[in-house]
Amino acid sequence: MAERSDSEEVKLLGMWASPFSRRIEIALTLKGVSYEFSEEDITNKSSLLLQLNPVYKMIPVLVHTGKPISESLVILEYIDETWRDNPILPQDPYEKAMARFWAKFVDEQIYVTAMKVVGKIGEERDAVVEATRDLLMFLEKELVGKDFFGGRSLGFVDIVATLVAFWLMRTEEIVGVKVVPVEKFPEIHRWVKNLLGNDVIKKCIPPEDEHLQYIRAHVIVSSCVLSLGFV
Amino acid sequence: MADEVILLDFWPSMFGMRTRIALEEKNVIFDYREQDLWNKNPILLEMNPVHKKIPVLIHNGKPVCESLIQMEYIDEVWPSKTPLLPSDPYQRAHAKFWGDFIDKKVYASARLIWGAKGEEHEAGKKEFIEILKTLESELGDKTYFGGETFGYVDIALIGFYSWFEAYEKFGNFSIEAECLKLIAWAKRCVKRERECF
Repeated sequence: MAERSDSEEVKLLGMWASPFSRRIEIALTLKGVSYEFSEEDITNKSSLLLQLNPVYKMIPVLVHTGKPISESLVILEYIDETWRDNPILPQDPYEKAMARFWAKFVDEQIYVTAMKVVGKIGEERDAVVEATRDLLMFLEKELVGKDFFGGRSLGFVDIVATLVAFWLMRTEEIVGVKVVPVEKFPEIHRWVKNLLGNDVIKKCIPPEDEHLQYIRAHVIVSSCVLSLGFV
Repeated sequence: MADEVILLDFWPSMFGMRTRIALEEKNVIFDYREQDLWNKNPILLEMNPVHKKIPVLIHNGKPVCESLIQMEYIDEVWPSKTPLLPSDPYQRAHAKFWGDFIDKKVYASARLIWGAKGEEHEAGKKEFIEILKTLESELGDKTYFGGETFGYVDIALIGFYSWFEAYEKFGNFSIEAECLKLIAWAKRCVKRERECF
């Protein structure tokens, strides 16, 4: 395969606290791809972002040799197909389909349900916590006998599920609800420890203190907005 | 050893249609098994324990769930016949983006047309038309979404066409009046199917 030239520009429009943006950084770093990161203010979107992602107007957007790609799962697959070192997805079509299935499950089921914890109290919150745990139990079972979802090493699902490890589980601290208690989810906790043993993960996840501050501020705003009936 | 391919499906499902079309495009012989969604078969619950939904593709005993994932699987397992996705990574990403858009947007807004009343219904109708116009704009002057060849994005969307008449009746509007080019595309797809199969 021909060497990639230095003039091949890789740019990522992202946001430091977004799990969808960070997962792209993990993938690029795992592959040893140099990239320029452009921090977007999502409350005041740049004209570049609006131009490169006119459909959703959201980060992350990867720009490679001038061409934009949006939607984080689509971007991850593009990265895997373009830079072949350290594959993220399995080679086998069935294993690949399973990886895609679990990634979609994390984003469309776990994330959507877990987000509802914020701003809820009492019985309503308990119901959301229960629903989130039911979904997480599928991931728990997937991890039995494995260091990572990808097997012996990090893969597609691990990268996507950092959302659970470093966003959902950090939000627990702030909202004061143990959504993922270790006694119910020993495999997930073991997996998080394995993730933290990986240099690329450590480098690419948001720094804990700043992140907790950000989540705290976000939760307060969301709770106020919800309690005032704006949402 | 011959492949055993089973599809658990429900006849009007626009999602099941995708998998049926993909298998037909590849000339894969499969055992179609109609499911009763109000009285779910143990095989469906066993093969899709997470969502308990159709379609489920069972290939040599192993289940693959989610219709877009099934399409990619079919394309990868039977690669030599009629590629559904392009080989270039950027073109593939482009196709997957639009497949995902169709999944995220079309069903939810259409559901409001036949499932909601009053303001919600009107909002659903308006959003549905906007979504179709976005897709129409993506199609442009191409024969199919992928260009000259019928493929992944066409298959992702075409199943909804069989529901258009129902949406029009419930919504009391004409989709063709709003999206002439898209309807022309749909008719091309249907004509192609009649000529191929």
